[in-house]
Amino acid sequence: MTQQIILYPLLLQMLLAIILMFFWRKINAQRIISMFGSLVHLAVSITVFAYIWNNGTQTVQAGSWEAPFGITFIADTFSATMVLLTSIAGLAVSIFSSGSVIGDRLRFGYFPIFHFLLLGLTGAFLTGDIFNLYVWFEIIIISSFVLITIGGEKAQLEGAVKYFTLNFLASMIFLTAIAVLYGLTGSLNMADLANKVAAVENRALVEITAILFLIGFGIKSAIFPLYFWLPASYHTPPSAVSAIFGGLLTKVGVYALIRVFTLIFVDDVFLDQILLVLAIFTLFSGALGALVQNNIRKVFSYLIICHIGYMIIGLGMFTEVAIAGAIFYLVHDIVVKTNLFMISGLIYRIKGSNSMRALGGFYANYPKLSLLMFIPLFSLVGIPPLSGFWPKISLITASFESGSYWSLAAIIFASFITLVVIAKLWAEVFWKEAQEIPVRPKFRYFHAIKNIKRVQIIVPIVFLSLVSLYVGFGAEHIQTLSARIASELMDNQQYIDAVLNTQTPE
Amino acid sequence: MKTLILRTASDYLLPLLLVFSVFILLRGHYLPGGGFVGGLIAAIAFVLHAFANGLDNTKGLLRFHPGFLMPVGLGLAFLSGLAPVIGLDDPFMTGLWFPEPFPVIGNVGSALFFDIGVYLVVIGVTLTIIFTISESA
Repeated sequence: MTQQIILYPLLLQMLLAIILMFFWRKINAQRIISMFGSLVHLAVSITVFAYIWNNGTQTVQAGSWEAPFGITFIADTFSATMVLLTSIAGLAVSIFSSGSVIGDRLRFGYFPIFHFLLLGLTGAFLTGDIFNLYVWFEIIIISSFVLITIGGEKAQLEGAVKYFTLNFLASMIFLTAIAVLYGLTGSLNMADLANKVAAVENRALVEITAILFLIGFGIKSAIFPLYFWLPASYHTPPSAVSAIFGGLLTKVGVYALIRVFTLIFVDDVFLDQILLVLAIFTLFSGALGALVQNNIRKVFSYLIICHIGYMIIGLGMFTEVAIAGAIFYLVHDIVVKTNLFMISGLIYRIKGSNSMRALGGFYANYPKLSLLMFIPLFSLVGIPPLSGFWPKISLITASFESGSYWSLAAIIFASFITLVVIAKLWAEVFWKEAQEIPVRPKFRYFHAIKNIKRVQIIVPIVFLSLVSLYVGFGAEHIQTLSARIASELMDNQQYIDAVLNTQTPE
Repeated sequence: MKTLILRTASDYLLPLLLVFSVFILLRGHYLPGGGFVGGLIAAIAFVLHAFANGLDNTKGLLRFHPGFLMPVGLGLAFLSGLAPVIGLDDPFMTGLWFPEPFPVIGNVGSALFFDIGVYLVVIGVTLTIIFTISESA
């Protein structure tokens, strides 16, 4: 049974989604199944991660069809780490959802769709076939369309239209890119593609295909000229939904970029230059956007864009140190961004507003909660020894070594602006005198809801804050992990061998 | 659209289309057909019945909400994929086949159950969508 251990997280999510569909109208049962199932999923993901860490890359050929022809599932350390992070964020958001999302939304199948979304994410991280990757992306975006529109408020639908249009465009471009690639090489298996693309004579066409992939994944991961859908839509759905979107949806785009540009389109100076330039602009524009916003969730949305830049810049520099930095940043960012959107949800529950100008006096009224919120907010800034600090060291070192001083400037500038933004937020929301906010008659305030719900809202924030603290204080472990992932990614021959040489399982 | 001709015809067309949909379902695998097309044809049978006799009559005929078929079909397809993992420790979705073909049906294997799952999901989704739209219209 251990041969297929890497499929278990995938199968478990699918099973959960199906079971939840049987309990369509019974939302209390759904809450319990979702939380318990997510806990089991976390346990399974940890097991898989430990197995991969000890035994190296594992593959499964679905349906027993051999590698270049069938669909391969592969878990190297990178995939296993991403699956683990998905399950951590999934558990937190599952608990948070049962506390914070109102029953009217849950009745329309919130939990089954949520688990389909996690299924899509897990699948995208585990697949070794580029068309299968497209299929998982479709599952992800279809589920996310449902999640973003559930409830049907006007603002929500407006955000959803923007989200839908651009993400759909991204899928089409991605599919076109796959079609061109298939026309060039006659293969869809990523390991096989890596071999065949390297042998293609027509380099110009290969480069154009790579650019198509860059645009498709770029829209999904919200890099510089293609990010406008994100701040237009992420503040509209319930914060539980924004949390999983902010934490994982853009990161799956980054994952795909890293995977494709370290495995299939490698050693291309032109592409690396483009990635670097885009990353620098992403850092600048995200940071400046965050500076002028007033709605907390919009601030966080722009910060997502800004910090995507760190990961892309690491990929653009394309040295082992830089990629290790990017991976470390990815780990840190998934945990922190998920947590930040949950915090904005908590603030909204307590005060009924997310406007920085209207809020105030949080520290005076809720000192313990404020201290709790301090952890993710300042982890994001990267005050040492919190988690955002360590990956930047790798990135800055790498940009020194490769002599790209523009990237160095962009990294430092973006960190500085993040600090300013978070300091402003801290001053406005936590330290400023409490303001009079008109009481909304039908709104369910935090102090009016049941104790169990309050626990369900607070516990995931505490959980993710602890994970953030671990990433910060246990930075050595994460650094070892990132270095190992980076060395695996830089040497794509390992991946190719793992996929193509397992036709005879012993 | 309650015309006598359509209503009389739909009484005969409903069983005919359902049998045809099962034929298409079983024909799948090596020949054109399969769960998806079969499911659509079965859904058309019910939609036609609803046109002729009204939505409420069709719902009475079905006895349960068509949405219920979605998790059932998904579950069946999932189990058919899982069977080789549990039974033989083969990779997920490996086809398992009975050695001898059955009369009428032909070769039976886990792929057939996967297709039946698809068939049910397609009926469930199509009817749920169409019923919901015609209710709110």
